[in-house]
Parts: sequence; structure tokens; C-alpha cells
Amino acid sequence: MTTISASTPAARPVDWPAILREAALTAFVALLLTVPLVGLRSVDQPTGLGLDTRFDQVAAVTLLVFLGRLGLGLIREGRALVVLVLSLLAAAAGFFIELPSEELRVLLIAGGAVLAIRAALTLVTNRSTLSQAERDKRMDRVAAKVQHASRWLAPIGILFAVAFPMMPFADRQLIDIGILLLTYIMLGWGLNIVVGLAGLLDLGYVAFYAVGAYSYALLAHYFGFSFWLCLPLAGLLAAFSGVLLGFPVLRLRGDYFAIVTLGFGEIIRIVLINWYDFTGGPNGISGIPRPTFFGIADFSRNGADGLPSFAEMFGLEFSTVHRIIFLYYLILVLALLVSLFTLRVRKLAIGRAWEALREDDIACASLGINRTNMKLAAFAIAAMFGGFAGSFFATRQGFISPESFTFIESAIILAIVVLGGMGSQLGVVVATFLVIGLPEFFRELEQYRMVAFGLGMVLIMLWRPRGLLAHRDPTILLHGRAKGTQTGSTQAAGGTAP
Amino acid sequence: MLTVSGVHTFYGAIEALKGVDIEIGEGEIVSLIGANGAGKSTLLMTICGNPRARAGRIIFDGEDITHLPTHQLVRRGIAQSPEGRRIFPRMSVLENLQMGAIASPPKGFDRDLEEVFTLFPRLKERINQRAGTMSGGEQQMLAIGRALMSQPRLLLLDEPSLGLAPLVVKQIFQAIKDINRERKMTVFMVEQNAYHALKLAHRGYVMVTGRVTMSGTGAELLSNPEVRAAYLEGGH
Repeated sequence: MTTISASTPAARPVDWPAILREAALTAFVALLLTVPLVGLRSVDQPTGLGLDTRFDQVAAVTLLVFLGRLGLGLIREGRALVVLVLSLLAAAAGFFIELPSEELRVLLIAGGAVLAIRAALTLVTNRSTLSQAERDKRMDRVAAKVQHASRWLAPIGILFAVAFPMMPFADRQLIDIGILLLTYIMLGWGLNIVVGLAGLLDLGYVAFYAVGAYSYALLAHYFGFSFWLCLPLAGLLAAFSGVLLGFPVLRLRGDYFAIVTLGFGEIIRIVLINWYDFTGGPNGISGIPRPTFFGIADFSRNGADGLPSFAEMFGLEFSTVHRIIFLYYLILVLALLVSLFTLRVRKLAIGRAWEALREDDIACASLGINRTNMKLAAFAIAAMFGGFAGSFFATRQGFISPESFTFIESAIILAIVVLGGMGSQLGVVVATFLVIGLPEFFRELEQYRMVAFGLGMVLIMLWRPRGLLAHRDPTILLHGRAKGTQTGSTQAAGGTAP
Repeated sequence: MLTVSGVHTFYGAIEALKGVDIEIGEGEIVSLIGANGAGKSTLLMTICGNPRARAGRIIFDGEDITHLPTHQLVRRGIAQSPEGRRIFPRMSVLENLQMGAIASPPKGFDRDLEEVFTLFPRLKERINQRAGTMSGGEQQMLAIGRALMSQPRLLLLDEPSLGLAPLVVKQIFQAIKDINRERKMTVFMVEQNAYHALKLAHRGYVMVTGRVTMSGTGAELLSNPEVRAAYLEGGH
């Protein structure tokens, strides 16, 4: 073994026993995990289900993990250059050498690359390790910068979103994905009011989504109401259900509150399944009317319900994309409405009170804030936005069933809010692209979706435990004086009381 | 101004206050001292309505406030700085002060802010800092300042000296004295630091296991041998 001193000026002797022990321990953990997951595989045999063993792969994985950990240890000991060269070699080897399986190859290349990056970074910054606190601070600074950039980033993003359907590359499928993303962004922004601003962990947000969707579907089904009449009604009904749930529940705190909201989400779903005569039960409701062009034109070829066709009216050639583009703009406007509301409300007394509730609700009472009313307002408003999104969902799909409103939906929306950084609008957008967008674009890799999801969660927990953009700017003054708020926002984020 | 008469408070089956009578007059500083677990903070919190008194009455300015919810007290002119300061750590100093004024009419906000900054110049220096990143003393100043922002007539303080360095304690108590003298503010304070609290106070009460055992002017209590033995010379 050559001993090239890489980063530390005085070459300390490498503490081999410690590094080896650490690497061996990690490899052992990897072994324990891979034996059942990789080593054993059930296969169909003529005689029944048989077990196939792949211990060669287990051995290879364990060895790779051992070497990788050894590399990390060496970087820490100031031998980054050696590790850089060796890891690059390993990655290259992955390209050219025949390995027992494709997965191992990917593992070798990816592992080598990650290790090489770590080593290179260490060489560049001339630091063997960053402490967790320093790394947090650095990431916070980056997050704060991004947050500040949102001043010009947001208008650009909105402009892009507006122009998107006109772009040459925007085909039907892409616009569809856009609609899906915007739906989740809207839901994320809605839930953000409860979770991010008011600090109430709501695990049953999908219930309001369902109330909104079914409100529209049922009103249209039984009374023939149009979408434009139902949209506000659905919002009102969802808000009403929010208040209904809120009254008994808001006296609870923390975990208990979360559990009850979880239960509420399930109650709504189960009622929808079992109230067969009214909701159609598990069969759902189909034939939900599509939205008209503000009640003056229809998107079908020849028009319907006495309305002229949209294409005819505007002298366009008929295309089914028109309806989709219209839906896209509809959800864009709805989502921006939520965002605008949140931006405005943060500067009002009620938004400030919500944020204070999140920080310390006992102090809030002592300052004369009626906690119950504030929480109820947050709940009802978020529910209303969920209701809007729900009725949009119903009209877009044309068919809804309780299947669409399972707990996993709540979990995904919550994940978007938490990953994005609680209370951050931009964070919700970024997280939606990660959580919803990436899996949509890589549909071929669908079987690895949950693995990637889990990996992402673990990485976020390690690096950004408070969310990607968890930086909070002070809001402008309550009484209209803007003195000095600018300088305050430049401070590094992440200050919590010692 | 504030009269507490025959108040009994329970935590479950445990009787924390066993019939407490206290009288606070307009413009006074009144200190309540006692050992850990004597029920001092419980009394303060009972005045604020959480927990509720099970028996007895609390009268503020002739109005029975025994059963009022906590958040309605501010509007009647009672401000409290709760135990453990409870500032909003992720908000800036200015935002914290704004929160203090949230339940009061916006008129007079600028004047109140200026007054708080005169009282605690340190807060003005840190106006845009995150409150959670400040030192304990500064946080205590902020907690008191925040309480003052609601234009109260009665200020309730729960252990303002808790966990602070002696020098900072001195500053805090000086500020309380100034508030009382210059703004004619009535102050009711619960303290473990008996010496400072009694020296500052016009009158004082001593509490032992849920009962008020002694009362008198601050100077009287300071010179009382029993008080000296129990709370000032460490001879528990």
C-alpha cells in the first residue's frame, strides 16, 4: 500500500484496526440484510415453489460494501487521493468486467462514482470531514438562497407554467402530467396551511379531497348542476366537513390529533364504500360531466346541451387537446389561488397567529389568541382548497371511486409538504416534482419506485431533516411599517433555541 | 385591582392550592415567593384560567374573571409572561413583539414598540434576529417586552430570573422597577429568587405547600427571621 498524503499536511499513520473494524461491521449488517433479500429467491418449479440461492451475489455485495466503507474511512483519515483513484478504477471496472448480475454492475459503478465524488470533494475543500452542524448550516444557507431566489424564480415559473401548453414539445401526455403535478401542488399548498403554517399534523387530508370530488359528482348526478356551480359548493361542503371534524378534534394535540385525522380520512372512505344506494359504493360514479368553457361553449365536437362547440366558436380546428389544455389552465389558476392566499394571509394577523400556534400554543393563549378558532379557521380553509382540488379531480377523470382516496394519497401529500420544508411554497413545488414527477417520467422503472421513494426519504432525513427548503423569512410588519425586515431575512436559517 | 379569595385548584385529585387569598393594589409590585412545588406558578396560572379554580373567586377591576378563558384576559388588561419565557423561537424579535400586540388595537403600536426599546435597548439591536438564537437574558427581555405590547394594566411575571446570570437578573429586575415607576404598571411576580423579589416589591407573600403563610411589605419580609432562614440563607 502506498502512502500518499492527500489532504492533511502531516501524514498521520492510518488507524487500520479502527477502519477495518468499522468496515467489517458495516459489511456484516449488509450481509444480514442481503441474505434474505438477495440470497434467497422463490422460484416456480413443476413440483411447487422452490428456493433458489444466490450466495455469490451476497458475497459480492458484502465485499463491495466492505470496500466502500473502507474507502470512506480512508477519506476521513486523509487518504482521499488513493480512494479517488481506486474508486474510479472500480467504477471503470464495472463498465468492462463481466459480473454475475446487472444489479451488481450498477452497484459497483454507482458506488464507485459516489465514493469518487466524496474523495474529490474532500480534496477540493481540503477538509476530511464536515461535522453534521456545519453541513446543516451550509445546506441552510443554500436553502435560504433558493428561497430568496424565489422572488424572481416564482414569476419565471408561473410564466413557464402559463406558456407550457403552447410549447412545441408539449404533447398530450406531457400536459396530462402537468395537470397531475399541478393537482398535487395545489393539494400540497392547501395542506401546507394546516401542517406548515398552523403546525397541525393532518394525516387525513384526502378526506376533504374526497368530499370535494363526491360533492361535485353527486350534485351533478342527482341535480344536474354544472361544474361552475358545483366548484364553490364543493369547497363550501369540504370546509363544512373540516369544521365538523375540527370541533371535537382540535382540543387534542400532537400525536393524538394526527391519529384522529387519520381515522377521519378512513371514515369518509368507508362511508363512501358502504353507502351503496347513494354513492355507488365501490363501483364509484361514472359519467361525471366535463367542464364547459365557462358555460358558453362545450369541448365536444358538435357541442352539447345547447352549447356551441368550443372549436367552432373560436374558429379552430377541432381537437381533443383543447379540453385538456383548458383543464390545465383551470388547475393552474386554482393552484395559484391557493398560493396567493397563503402569501397574503401570512402577512395578516390570522396568518401570523397560525405561525405562532405552530411555535408555541401556550404562549399564544397568553397573548390573547383564541386557539380553537384559529385552528378551526386553518382547518376549514385548507379543507376548502382540498374540496376545490377534489371537484377538479372528479371533472377531469369523469369517474371517481373510493379507490382514489386511500390513506396513501394523504401520505403522499403530507410527504410533499414535509419534504419541501414545512411552510415553504417553493418547497412544495420542488417536492411535488420529486415525488410525483420523477415516477411519472420514469414509468418503465416502476418496480423500483418504492425503493427510490424510501431511499429519498432516508437521504432527506439524513441531510435535510426539516425539509428541503426549511427556511423561514420574517413576514412584513403587521402594521405596515417595513423597517428593517430586509436585513433580517439574510440571516442564516435554522436557528432553534438552545 | 386584583383580588384572589379562597381559591382552591386541583391537578386531578391533588390539591395544589388550598384556599389562597391575595390582594394586589393599583400601582404595586407584589412578589410571591416560596420553594419548589409550593404552588406559586399554579396560582399565577389559575389567575390566567388554566387550570381553573375549583372553588373561590378571582376578581379583576370588579369583574369576576374566575371562569374566563385565558385568551380573553389580554383584552381586559392582564398580560402575562409565562414560565420558561415561551417566546416564538423561529420568529424575529420584531415579529415576537408584534404577536404581543395582536389582540390589541393597532393604534399606539409604534409608541409601545418605542417604549419597549427604551426599556430594553438590547432588543432594538437585535430587532431582526431570530428570537431562538438569542441568549437567555435577551429572551427574557423579549418575553417581558412582548407582554408589555398588549398595553396591559396588570403584568404577571412567572420566574423572570429563571436560569439567568446574576448580572442579567439585576438588569431584568431594574427594568421591572422602571416599568412600575414610569408607566404606573401593576406587577405581580412569582419568584424563587427571594432576595431580589422582596427587595423590589412593595408587598410580598410567602407560600408553602398551597397556602399563603406570611405576608407583609417587602422590607418586613426581608427582615423576618423565618423568611431569612427558609429562603435567604439556604437553611431549608
